[in-house]
Amino acid sequence: MGRFEPKILAFCCSYCSYAAADLAGAMRLQYPGNIKIIKVPCTGKVDLIHLLLAFEQGADGIMVAGCLEGNCHFLSGNLRARQRVNRVMAILDRIGLEGDRLAMFNLSAGMGARFAEMAREMYAQVLKLGPSPINIARETAARPIVEVAA
Amino acid sequence: MIKAVPKPLEEIIDLVKDFHKVLIVGCDGCVTVCEAGGLKEVQVLGSSLRLYFTQAGQRMDIDETSLTRQCDQEYLDQLKDRIDHYEAVVSLACGCGVQYLAERYHDKIVYPGVDTCFMGVDLERGVYAERCQACGKCILANTGGICPIARCSKRMLNGPCGGSEKGKCEVNPEIDCGWQLIYDRLKILGQLDRFEQPVDPKDWATSRDGGPRKIVREDLRL
Amino acid sequence: MNNTTPSRLEKMLAAGHLAVTSEVGPPRSCDGSVIEQKAELIKDYVDAVNVTDNQTSVTRLCSLAACIRLKLMGLEPVLQMVTRDRNRIALQSDIFGAASFGICNILCLTGDHQHFGDHPNAVNVFDLDSTQLIQTVRLMRDEGRLLGGHQFEHRPQMFIGAAANPFADPFEIRVPRLAKKVAAGAQFIQTQCIYNMDKFKLWLKLARDRGLTERVAILAGITPMKNVGMARYMKNRVPGIDVPDEIVKRMGGVPKEKQAAEGIRLAIEQIQELKEEEGIRGFHLMAIEWEEKVPEIVERAGLFPRPQLN
Ligand code: SF4
Ligand code: SF4
Repeated sequence: MGRFEPKILAFCCSYCSYAAADLAGAMRLQYPGNIKIIKVPCTGKVDLIHLLLAFEQGADGIMVAGCLEGNCHFLSGNLRARQRVNRVMAILDRIGLEGDRLAMFNLSAGMGARFAEMAREMYAQVLKLGPSPINIARETAARPIVEVAA
Repeated sequence: MIKAVPKPLEEIIDLVKDFHKVLIVGCDGCVTVCEAGGLKEVQVLGSSLRLYFTQAGQRMDIDETSLTRQCDQEYLDQLKDRIDHYEAVVSLACGCGVQYLAERYHDKIVYPGVDTCFMGVDLERGVYAERCQACGKCILANTGGICPIARCSKRMLNGPCGGSEKGKCEVNPEIDCGWQLIYDRLKILGQLDRFEQPVDPKDWATSRDGGPRKIVREDLRL
Repeated sequence: MNNTTPSRLEKMLAAGHLAVTSEVGPPRSCDGSVIEQKAELIKDYVDAVNVTDNQTSVTRLCSLAACIRLKLMGLEPVLQMVTRDRNRIALQSDIFGAASFGICNILCLTGDHQHFGDHPNAVNVFDLDSTQLIQTVRLMRDEGRLLGGHQFEHRPQMFIGAAANPFADPFEIRVPRLAKKVAAGAQFIQTQCIYNMDKFKLWLKLARDRGLTERVAILAGITPMKNVGMARYMKNRVPGIDVPDEIVKRMGGVPKEKQAAEGIRLAIEQIQELKEEEGIRGFHLMAIEWEEKVPEIVERAGLFPRPQLN
């Protein structure tokens, strides 16, 4: 294994964090490039299974970034998202992955600097945790060991 | 509806760890409503198990499906062409569904993936409460529509006991005293006279005490 | 009330005397001598001795065996029977067994939930409740019949008692519930320990107004407090017991070493006060693990010597 470059996924709400990420770019703020952003209409759209499947497919870390609490465009989508994130963190802890590979953030569309900071935080955290045990297991296995069935 | 909770992941991991091909079968009935064993829960369990066994370096094929109901042969039959492919099945249906699936495929190992708890109602999302114990001879007509069997901790038919305090049961202040509820409702209904009539010992033979129960409705059979 | 059973308690009440009963709690072992020692302490001061049935759901030497021991000592036991642990088959069987030893008083109870005791994982039975147990004993005694219909000849001669808790909620049903137990066949009542006098007197008045005190003999439950800690514990932790603040204050108002004496004094005052109440037919002293104080209380309350019946 070469130098570890964390694969991080960010589920960003189109009303806040997605715009904040844009703003961070426009402001030319530095944040790690290998954070892949997935735009969602609301973090309430992100379900447990999306997070778990992302880990199955090799994510080393995932961030879910929604609006500030109380400011969800759909009233409680971000609160549901937080609850789901907590549930998945608990699952990860029980199946040999670290719950800390997942994090929920709240911010508004104007917080470009905060987005960059949050991305750096997540990057540092995942760097510290190292590659996901799933990726380690796959690399060490001689043959593919998972056939994700439909 | 029937209320259940998912079994702890550790328990399920332990059940299936010696197999390599496992099918998880959900049920679209009651357990979907209480978010314990529907398709979503099947997917989450499937993914969790795959992650677990992958990181543990163990080969494990896990497939997922859900049936309209597992308490009905017709729907169980839908598995017949594929079930042979698996060494074991984890059913997320209530205890009835798990058993009926095992009965239909009686040479297949079938494990329960949920703990079936009671028949109850949804107080709010994620909060369910027991309401009926299927005693087989409903007495709600005499008790203000509140069941003393399911809702009094001592299933007293002549309650409340001496432990009822401020509307709460002696067992635990989280439990409403069933007999306080009955009294309050009888009062609202103007039926307090029913309260003073001693209720005779109940015939429990129609309850589980009579042995496994069965309903035969000749009027419905072909 | 015309006495129908050989019960001395029943005769004592029928003769118009204030009855005195007390209780012994069996040990959590098979050491039967504990019962005899406790009974020895109180026997000359009471008319009958209750034996608790696995009280607070803690497993103890069984009430029936302990009652037989008392009977063999020449005492008059009151068999407490809870419906928590035995179904109607076992209950009726135990009633036969008790009657076969000449035990002729029974206190019909539902019993505390097993969650309080030493086996919270146990199944509970509750085939009958207290009211239905009263009905059952009456059926066996008066009609020579079991619940299942079997007719038999030798009928258990039981003086039937029940408990009443005037302090449980809702208050307004406590007299109707007493009426229900009387309608079912209860002949004597032993109440929950009384600390809130005003509430108790109100309950008694309502019972009197309905003529219930004519139909059932009410024995007022008295439990002496050992110290202020016990007062607080009963106030806050025991469901269905009502300890007013004044009592806690009074117990706490005297130095620690004098609190026991204060508790005894309080119990005696309660008895004196209730003696004057119409409808009180006696006292049931529940001196929990403090049986040795019963003689003093009975004596100082002016209830000694016990009347002799011939
Ligand atoms: S009386 Fe019987 S059938 Fe009716 S609600 Fe209660 S347990 Fe259910
Ligand atoms: S407190 Fe109420 S619900 Fe609890 S056992 Fe007593 S009567 Fe039943």
